[in-house]
Order: sequence, then structure tokens, then C-alpha cells
Amino acid sequence: MTQQFLLYPLLWQLFLSIVLMFAWRHIQIQKIISIVGSAIGVGLSVALFYEVWQNGTLVVQAASWKAPFGISFVGDMLAATLVLLTSIAGLAVSSYSAASLIPARLRFGYFSIFHFLILGLTGAFLTGDIFNLYVWFEIIIISSFVLITLGGEKAQIEGAVKYFTLNFLASIIFLTAIAVLYGLAGSLNMADLAILIPQIENRGLVEVAAILFLVAFGIKSAVFPLYFWLPASYHTPPSAIAAIFGGLLTKVGVYALIRFFSLMFVEDVLLDQILMVIAILTLISGGLGAMVQTNVRKVFSYLIICHIGFMIAGLGMFTELAIAGAVFYLIHDIVVKTNLFMISGLIYRIKGSNKFKELGGIYKEYPKLSLMMIIPMFSLIGIPPLSGFWPKVSFIIASFDTKSYFILAAVIFASFITLVVVAKLWAEVFWKEPDKFPKKKHFLYFKKMTLTKRLQMILPILMLTGVSLYLGFGAENIQQLSMRITGELMNTEHYIKAVLPNN
Amino acid sequence: MRTLILKTASDYLLPILLLFSIFILLRGHYLPGGGFVGGLMASIAFVLHAFANGLKDTKKLLKFHPGFLMPAGLLLSFLSGLLPVILQDAAFMTGLWLENPIPVIGSIGTALFFDVGVYIVVLGVTLTIIFTISESA
Repeated sequence: MTQQFLLYPLLWQLFLSIVLMFAWRHIQIQKIISIVGSAIGVGLSVALFYEVWQNGTLVVQAASWKAPFGISFVGDMLAATLVLLTSIAGLAVSSYSAASLIPARLRFGYFSIFHFLILGLTGAFLTGDIFNLYVWFEIIIISSFVLITLGGEKAQIEGAVKYFTLNFLASIIFLTAIAVLYGLAGSLNMADLAILIPQIENRGLVEVAAILFLVAFGIKSAVFPLYFWLPASYHTPPSAIAAIFGGLLTKVGVYALIRFFSLMFVEDVLLDQILMVIAILTLISGGLGAMVQTNVRKVFSYLIICHIGFMIAGLGMFTELAIAGAVFYLIHDIVVKTNLFMISGLIYRIKGSNKFKELGGIYKEYPKLSLMMIIPMFSLIGIPPLSGFWPKVSFIIASFDTKSYFILAAVIFASFITLVVVAKLWAEVFWKEPDKFPKKKHFLYFKKMTLTKRLQMILPILMLTGVSLYLGFGAENIQQLSMRITGELMNTEHYIKAVLPNN
Repeated sequence: MRTLILKTASDYLLPILLLFSIFILLRGHYLPGGGFVGGLMASIAFVLHAFANGLKDTKKLLKFHPGFLMPAGLLLSFLSGLLPVILQDAAFMTGLWLENPIPVIGSIGTALFFDVGVYIVVLGVTLTIIFTISESA
């Protein structure tokens, strides 16, 4: 297999969205192309993952311009893992949206834009150039803005305006930071910068650039106090779209933070402390926010914020074990959050609402489905041996090692709050005797759906639940993978050598 | 309002503007120009035609919906980037060039096809936007 294989998952998504544009008016054909194409995409990502696992980092210099002058694409273990998870989540959501979205929403190129979004995510994970990363972020924002407004309901537009304004602000800050850094170092290749940044004499300005990057990615990954756009917008689009947003969009921000602060801005004590404070406040405020919500999807939105705190905490402590925990949590979180939003969509289809007071009794009606839905929620809490548990062990050991007891307290607090929130949700949505509510007239309830559509909705949830279970029961493999990723992240020479072999 | 002068002029201007847009497209590799500007100029030619003769006539002239141009152009650009990967196992978007330049057009390489793709995409996007706006107005 050649080095060029690195870009195949990326190019495949681009090809898919072009083909889907040709079939603009034929929704049925689009559904088939999208699902089959996503499945092939998963195959390509698995092959890429296997290749990187066996033979180490793959590098492609786009258009054969040598680094640091051209754009490098770097597939190290972290990037390959995230590309794999993205394609898995993409497959699940592609099938799920084929069944759960009404044709009116699918009519304006939904699937094409959806694959552009996956393309942007894949590109952001693979690129080794900061400006190119900015471009992928723009692709992500533009396609997510289209997805969030498709359908054009009033609430959607309101959510979209908040979403777009703050993310746009983040892009401006990101661009400013790039300009400052380019002025200082004269290069934007990440590997090149890893060499150049320690040599810069003007440390103050380097610090400024680092903080600007932190704010930009902080807005994107929704950390305290920059998260307000998230709960204001994530409950407005259909749950299929919210699933891909909740699962992956904030995680790109976390990925960028991990990449930047492990490769380029390293050994910065002030920055580590800021990260830890942010992490603690994110854990607490996100958790408290989730407590008071009475809408399933708003609860999940706040839980996203809360759990971003875990990964930031791991990055802030910056020991080998802590980073491994953050990486493990990242892997677990992508799968579980995508799944949760799809579950909220399933609840909506069953009952026609997402508000606690209009829900109840799902356990009595669908006992098997309810049991399937409880597994991702349990792994979200981190009940051993499910997937959320293992990274938390790493966090707790790491916080003892670094004597950061506030982090320890916050991690335990956030885990308990998650438990309380999920218990409350279970009681309200699944156990409670439902009040008599008039059935909506023009609403396709789950009961009335055809068997294919039902399967299209349930199978993705089942698949991601299976992945979650594997992450939990096969934790040894995942921990080994996380440790290997951490080794590559901590030892930056490896990355630099791969991109700039002559240095 | 349709005037005879504008209508007559646009009949001559349409081919001239289209030719000029192709000229701009071809000189774009080393000099100012290229697919983006060329595509904008080509779309201006059609917009002028629509101004003079009405939207219906322009649509008849185009024969298909301009939205179709977007994926077509994207596909052309994509394939021109993919060609070096398939033929030579080189990196995506590596430039492949014919050895001898062809008269009038100049050297032919994958970069040219990429630019032609951009030209088509820009033409498609602009016309789709303008047609949609003037239809709903």
C-alpha cells in the first residue's frame, strides 16, 4: 500500500458529495448512495487505521510541494483513529437520517452537504498545516450552517444565528492567531512550527498567540465560559443532524487543542494552569446546567459541555496517563454522544415530544428498545466495565500523581452529576406513568413507520451501542491504543521526522 | 422593460463576453485571471442576456439548469487532482504537463483542467443564485 492511501478516506467523501449533487432531485437514490458510500468510507478508514497501526505515520505532501512550503497531510495514530470514528459515526447518522428526516428537509441536498461535513472533519484531522486546518474548519462551519437551517423553522433560524455568530467569531480569532504566529515564526507547517516556536525570543507574543488559539478552539469545543452557543442551538435541528454535531463538531475543537498544546505550545506552565481551571469550571457548570433542564436534548447538550471538561482536564495535567485518558475519553465520547442524540430522536419518534412532562412509559411499551437505550447512558456515566469508566480511572490516578486535587474533586463531582441526571431522565422518560396527551395529527409515530424505516433508525443505534460495548469490554486494546497515541504526542520528534525527514 | 438597442447589443455581446472569459481563463496560470474570474465573466454574459431578453429566453439558451454545472465542474476539478494519484502514484493535485505546448492554448496540464472546473463551478453557482433571486422577485 502506498503513502497516497492516507487521502483516500478524504477523497472518497468528496467524491460522494459530488455524486450526490448529480442526483439532486432523486432522494431515494441519494439515500442508497449515501448509506452504501458511508459503508465503503468506513472500510477505507479501517484500512488506513490498520496501515498506520502496522507501519507508522503516513505523510502526503499535497501537489508534491515539499514541507514546509506545501501543505502536508499527516496520518499519525491519533488522526487515523479519529478518521475511523468519524466514518463510523457518519455511517450511523447517514442511515439514521434516511429514516428519521422528512422528505421536505432532504430535498435541498441534505446528503451532499452531510458528506461535505464529514469531508471537513476528516480533513481537519489529517492536515498538518495550520492554515489548511482553518480552511477545513470553514468547510465544517459552512456545511453545518446549511444543515442546521435546512427546514427553516423559526426556532432553527434562531439557534442557527447564535451558532453561526459565535463560531464565526471563533474563526476570526483563529485567523488572528495564525497571523500573529506567522509573523513570529514565518511558517505555518505544524512540524516546522514545533521546531521554530521554542527558538522565538519574543515569548510574550508567543503566549498571546497561544491564548488566542485557546480562545478560538475553546469556543469551538464549548468550554466554560465560551459554551453558550451550544445549548442555545443544538436542540433546534432534527436529531440526526444534532447527532453528528454533538458527536463530532465539538470534538474537532478538542482535537485541535490536543494537537496544538502537545506539539507546538509545550511546557508552558501558565497555559496548563489555565486549562485546568477551565476544565474544572466546565465540568461543574455543564453538570449543573444539565441538572435543571427538562428537555431530553437540552440535557444531552449540557452533558456534552460537562464532558468536554474531562478531556481538557487530561490535557491540563499533561502527564502521560492524563493524556491517554483524554484520548480514550475522546474516542468514547464521539461514539456515545452521537448515539445519545440519535436516541433522543428515537424518543421523539415514539412519543412526539422531547419534553419531560409530555414523556413517560416508554419502558412499558418498548422494553427491549429501552434496554438498548440504557447501555449508552450507562457508559456515559461510566459504570464499570462500560467505556466511560476506564478513562476516568486514568484521570483520577493522574490527578493524584500531579497533586491536582481540585481536578480530582471536579471529575468525581461531574461523574456523580451525570449519574443523577441520567437517573432522573430514566425515571421521567422511561418509568413514569405518562399523562394523557392528545396525539398529534400530522406526525409519523414510530408505530406507524414501515419496518425498513424502523430498522434504519434502530440499527445505527445498535451499531454504536456495540462499538460502545467494545470500547468498554475491550478496554485493554483501547488503552493500549491511547498509550501509543500519547507516546506519539509526547515525543514530538516522531511527528517532526515524519513530515520533515531532512531535518 | 425591454429595449431594442440592448437586445441587439446583447446578441453580439454574449459571444464576445464568453470568448473573453475563456481568454481570461487561459491566461490565468502566470498572469492575472483564471477560473474564478473567467467564470464570473461568463455568468455576466448570461445575466446581460437575461436583462435584455428576459429570463425565459436565457433559460432556453442554456438548455439545462445551471445548478447542474456545480457538480460537473467539481467533478472535473476533482478528477484533475486525482489523475496523478492514479497514473503516477504521486501526491494528490501534483501537476502533470504535456511536454510540448499547443499553439493558442499554451501548455496543457492538470492545473488547466482544475481551473476549467473552477470556471464551470463559478458559472453554475452565480447563475443559480441570480436566476433564483430574479425568479422570486
